[in-house]
Amino acid sequence: MSLTVAKLHAENVSMTFPTPSGGFAALAPITLSIPQGRFVSLIGPSGCGKSTIFNIIAGLLEPTSGRVLIDGVDATGTIGRVGYMLQKDLLLPWRTVLDNVVLGMEIQSVPLRAARERALPLLHRYGLSGFEYLYPSSLSGGMRQRAALLRTLLFDTDVILLDEPFGALDAQTKLQMQEWLMQLWSDFGKTVLFVTHDVEEAIYLSDEVHVMGTRPGRIIASIPVHLPRPRRRTSALAPEFLTIKERCLELLDVNLAPSAPVNAAA
Amino acid sequence: MTVQDTPTLRDIAALQQARPAESAKPAARPARRLPVQKDWPVWALVLAQAGILVAAIAGWELGARTGLVDAFFWSQPSAIFHTLTIFFTTGDAWTDIGFTFRSTIFGFLLGTTLGSLFGLSFWWSRNYAAVVQPYIICFESIPKLALAPLIILVFGIGLSSKVAIAMALTIVVSTLTAYAGVKALDPDGEKLFYSLGATRMQVFRKLVVPFCLPWIISVLRVNIGLALTGAIVGEFIASQHGLGRAILYAGQTYDIALVWVAVLVLSTLAVVMYATVSWLESMLRKGVRQ
Repeated sequence: MSLTVAKLHAENVSMTFPTPSGGFAALAPITLSIPQGRFVSLIGPSGCGKSTIFNIIAGLLEPTSGRVLIDGVDATGTIGRVGYMLQKDLLLPWRTVLDNVVLGMEIQSVPLRAARERALPLLHRYGLSGFEYLYPSSLSGGMRQRAALLRTLLFDTDVILLDEPFGALDAQTKLQMQEWLMQLWSDFGKTVLFVTHDVEEAIYLSDEVHVMGTRPGRIIASIPVHLPRPRRRTSALAPEFLTIKERCLELLDVNLAPSAPVNAAA
Repeated sequence: MTVQDTPTLRDIAALQQARPAESAKPAARPARRLPVQKDWPVWALVLAQAGILVAAIAGWELGARTGLVDAFFWSQPSAIFHTLTIFFTTGDAWTDIGFTFRSTIFGFLLGTTLGSLFGLSFWWSRNYAAVVQPYIICFESIPKLALAPLIILVFGIGLSSKVAIAMALTIVVSTLTAYAGVKALDPDGEKLFYSLGATRMQVFRKLVVPFCLPWIISVLRVNIGLALTGAIVGEFIASQHGLGRAILYAGQTYDIALVWVAVLVLSTLAVVMYATVSWLESMLRKGVRQ
């Protein structure tokens, strides 16, 4: 970790939901630090608290303990500090693609005309030209995700959280979208925290992969990925890639039975 | 028949034995065609519809003239037509139509608007919604027309009492429907807005209201009918003008032809308003995509 302040730092963040029989620990204290401009993934089985972490970082959920720091400033429980793309694209059906994309700016009181002027060239550059004035209902799944992602990017925060953005897409579209996302990431230089179920996707995209375990949700291993960028599809055949993939799969498999946290190594 | 997936040889043999010898060979199934209904051309349909109407009116007139139908109770088409011309030339036709139309429209607009706003207001607080809900359900189950005499006493026999009755009928439907829209809102949509740093007012204006609009629009047609019913009942109870009053007055004075005339005009008014609102609804539907 660099000596400078991390862009996003979650410090001993935990979450316990009250239940009739005491409390349900959704998230054991987790510490997570992401330097500026990094692409970091979380993988793990369902119910490992990935979405809970996201909701806490986005300020939509007050953690039971711990703090969230953005640029070293306490941002626990404050909304509008990070871009958050939920699993569903949540495009508003009564707005055109363009007006959906400018939603974040509009909420931040950017005049509508200025917001549209900023968004239009980006729509053109990132594969949505010709769709600007269409309604989301006439878009394919991949196009809808592009629009949703651009909406998140145009919200103009340094950190963006992507919660399984490509989970519902077919394999072919998913690959295209990964390339597209890489392009976007290198153009905008955002700090990205990415959740996925797909091990290969996580390794291919990330600088670091955190593998999570369940009951309670926690990080069981953090694996840096040193593959050179820009990566190619064939990177997935590199020995290092395969080693990491094997390790991730093992961790996820072991994780089916309860086990003690394993320290990072690679 | 035995319960088996495929008939065994013995089954087939048994079947063949059971049949008379001459039909030992399986008889060819009768070739049947798919029954197809031919659509009549439009002119034929219209002709048939018009024919029924003309036949009914002619039969009625004929029956009244020959004494088969008691013209005192049922009146007859020629007398009705005569009364109709009088109603529109020297009578109060336009005053009555205008009165009923105004009370219906005002009641419709007020009831729909206030009801929708009331329903939407429940989004702001779950506690407030929980407290108020039993009262709304109570008010919904009351036959509102039973309150009409009270409303007339409070608001007088003028236009305002008819508007109030029409409003009472429409407001609950709109409230409940708008509230149903609020309840159908996807919590993730709100999450998205909040993650973008939205205020509650922004969520309300940019998400809740546009999302619930289709619900609000869907009750317009129901409400125009209810508002007309409310206005007419108000006029029945106490009024100086209106088609409802004309019907009541004509009935009490045994002017059956005038009853028919007023009912006819009222029906026309109802159809026109219904068609207008349906058109408005489809226009609005095109405007708000869901």
